[in-house]
Amino acid sequence: MKTDHKPFWKSLRNGLLTVVVIVVFAYGFQITRVNLTELRSEQRQESLARVLRTLARPDLFAYEKEEVVATAPVFVTCPGESALEALPPPDTSGPYMVITPPCAEPDESVQVEGFGFFRNGEGPLRFVPGSDPANPVTLGNAVAAADAQGHFQATLVLPDRPSEEVQYIRATIRRNVGTLPKLTETAYSTWDKIIETVFLALLATVMGTLLAIPLGFLAARNLMVSVRSPLASIALSLLGWPLGMALGFVAARWISGLGEPLTANLPANLAAVVIAPLGAWQAMRWALPQEELNPPPLGIRLARVLAILLAALAVLFALFQLAALAMNLGARLEEILNALGFLGSFLFQLGEILRLATPVLAALAAGGALSSQLSRVGQRISEQASAGWVKMFNVIVAAAAGASTMGLIGLGIDLLYEIGQPSFTLWIPMAVGAIAGLVLALLVAPKDTLPSGMAIYSITRTILNLTRSVEALVMAIVFVIAVGIGPFAGVLALGLHTIVSLGKLYSEQVESIMPGPLEAVEATGANRLQTIIYAVVPQIVPPFISYTMYRWDINVRMSTIIGFVGGGGIGFLLQQNINLLNYRAAAAQMLAIAVVVAAMDYISSYMRQKVV
Amino acid sequence: MLQVTNLTKVYEGGVKALDDVTFTVPDGQFLAVIGLSGSGKSTLLRCINRLVEPTEGRIVWNGYDITAATPDEMRRIRRRFGMVFQHFNLVNRSSVLTNVLAGRLGYVNPAWSLVNRFPREDVEKAIHQMARVGIADKASQRADELSGGQQQRVGIARALMQDPEMILADEPVASLDPVLAHSIMKHLEEINNEDGVTVLCSLHFLDIVHRYADRVIALNEGKLVFEGLPAEIDDKKFKDIYGREAERVG
Repeated sequence: MKTDHKPFWKSLRNGLLTVVVIVVFAYGFQITRVNLTELRSEQRQESLARVLRTLARPDLFAYEKEEVVATAPVFVTCPGESALEALPPPDTSGPYMVITPPCAEPDESVQVEGFGFFRNGEGPLRFVPGSDPANPVTLGNAVAAADAQGHFQATLVLPDRPSEEVQYIRATIRRNVGTLPKLTETAYSTWDKIIETVFLALLATVMGTLLAIPLGFLAARNLMVSVRSPLASIALSLLGWPLGMALGFVAARWISGLGEPLTANLPANLAAVVIAPLGAWQAMRWALPQEELNPPPLGIRLARVLAILLAALAVLFALFQLAALAMNLGARLEEILNALGFLGSFLFQLGEILRLATPVLAALAAGGALSSQLSRVGQRISEQASAGWVKMFNVIVAAAAGASTMGLIGLGIDLLYEIGQPSFTLWIPMAVGAIAGLVLALLVAPKDTLPSGMAIYSITRTILNLTRSVEALVMAIVFVIAVGIGPFAGVLALGLHTIVSLGKLYSEQVESIMPGPLEAVEATGANRLQTIIYAVVPQIVPPFISYTMYRWDINVRMSTIIGFVGGGGIGFLLQQNINLLNYRAAAAQMLAIAVVVAAMDYISSYMRQKVV
Repeated sequence: MLQVTNLTKVYEGGVKALDDVTFTVPDGQFLAVIGLSGSGKSTLLRCINRLVEPTEGRIVWNGYDITAATPDEMRRIRRRFGMVFQHFNLVNRSSVLTNVLAGRLGYVNPAWSLVNRFPREDVEKAIHQMARVGIADKASQRADELSGGQQQRVGIARALMQDPEMILADEPVASLDPVLAHSIMKHLEEINNEDGVTVLCSLHFLDIVHRYADRVIALNEGKLVFEGLPAEIDDKKFKDIYGREAERVG
């Protein structure tokens, strides 16, 4: 290093660095308005102490109270003798108060003495203005505390409310009823909401985890970097996805319509749910022999494809019937079970979810299947045809794939921004896509392979990173608009955030596995999916579990505040009580959150120990 | 017969691991590959089943051009090449049986293997192979509960599940003590003699080479510096292979 020989420059550099650090922190202080004078002011300290004292007494338990009210007349600014003498003597049959002197100037003190109140009762003393009896004035912290004989004595400073008429001091003395305190209304509502919160977090975590796992593999560099395919195969698989998804969706609709007459019929549902999968299983057993050394003739292969298609349709049919079954059964159970009706409604909701999800699943499965089959065809063609033919084929399919992909993106943009001009959102993007495909096909040597794995990796990573940077609270705002205020919006928002953040964590775990077993399984001639199942999955189970637990933990914490924006859970109550300055109730909710988060922490670390 | 012609591998970053290597292995031979660490032995073995993509040259095995094989063809060729590794490369958290059955993945229908269903014959075969290498009683244990020698036997059983015509062994005994090393080498010798499986085995210790190998090739900085019988390695050849400063041990 040069600087070693020039101590002057070195110390100059250090000095400059120090100055820079000081300036940075000074600016930071200014920006964040660090101000300790404010903290020292008496008013602040008083309010702080008051709030802390309230927070320290969460509104969970309270005695039932009974109270007596007594009033005694007082004049602020003394009137003539006659007015004082006209005051009636106190009614000594019940609790009563005597004020000495009976009149005084504003801000002067008077003695209040009470007799015959509850023993050891306590309560506030207030000033009731003659002109406005509905709004009593609080007198600082004036409190009447009765002794064992029901007698109390207090000194009050009269407020600045001079009046000709007689005014009053009112004592409201309360005592506890019963021997044990009871749970308050706040405690009950807090309990309700904390349960909601925990389940919100649970559902969000489960949903997020299921969808994050495939993303975790797609975003793992070590698995994707070696995936290379020829252009024809990439282009065909790009074409296959939308085509297959459309076909799958249409097939699902058709099957759903086919099963429509049966949906209301419970025995028919049941029969269909049992028979259809059995048939599908048999077909699969026949079509997918366990071990085969040589590929069979074409006729048999076609018959197998047909059998698999039929089996898939049968499975679809069974899924729809299962959904109908669950919904029918759920609706009946809800009527029969009364108090446990939520079980029936759960079943009904599951059926509904299945009914809504089946077309989506069918579309995804068909898209994936068609795309992978077409990509295989593309691979074959690039391997076996002559270079010239491959080039021509590449040009055609790459242009078609570019056009269809860009066209679909254009349609998506149109859906979001409602541009409504097909020439901009459909035709021009399609043309651009086609030209891009064309150029790519012309540039790439016909039999060359392209890093398709890295493309998928980069796209997945980008989506994960972009989506992850949107806070779950912001997502909740959108979902509140989509599905209404309530915990479901919170589930969706937290679920989405869970998908993207777990996807990233999972992918990093996949990247850090030992490469040895991967190599060994690959060397046996296993294909990529088999390699993942046999060499990657066993290695990542423990970290996946531990990350999922951690995420559940985070989701419980997040779900406590997702209610701030209407996402359900305890946050809504908490925010309401803070805004109403009802700090004792807010303290109860904070306590509940603390208990749940601590319990979660304990449970998750226990489970991690057990499983991993 | 395996013919390796002008094989060259240059890694990203310009490291030349193999430099114009040419040799031939007849079927059924036990060929030892020797050389210093970093001389290209592992790369050579991995080029043969294309776990490492060769940069130049051709590898032809019984008429199949391995270097020109498509991914599908390559998988079909790989399943005939069993591979044994220095660090065993077992899946630690899986059972021994699953590890052994993994050797069958190239043969079974992928759809069924994804849900961990293997044909009954394969399971029986796995038990038979485990018995053959002496770990029949370990089938349901986790792989990482086994000792090093036992783990390497699992690795051999996995390779045997492939019905291999050739075994590529990458320093199979380098992480084992001498007693275990001999017992592992005996298994390889037995497979070579009884099943007629060609064995390509990279080794460190010359006494093991003398004891088990039919023929030796030696690499130094990626170049083939010796090819011949184990007995032909005299002091001069030894210095050529391992460098001027080297001393013979063992």
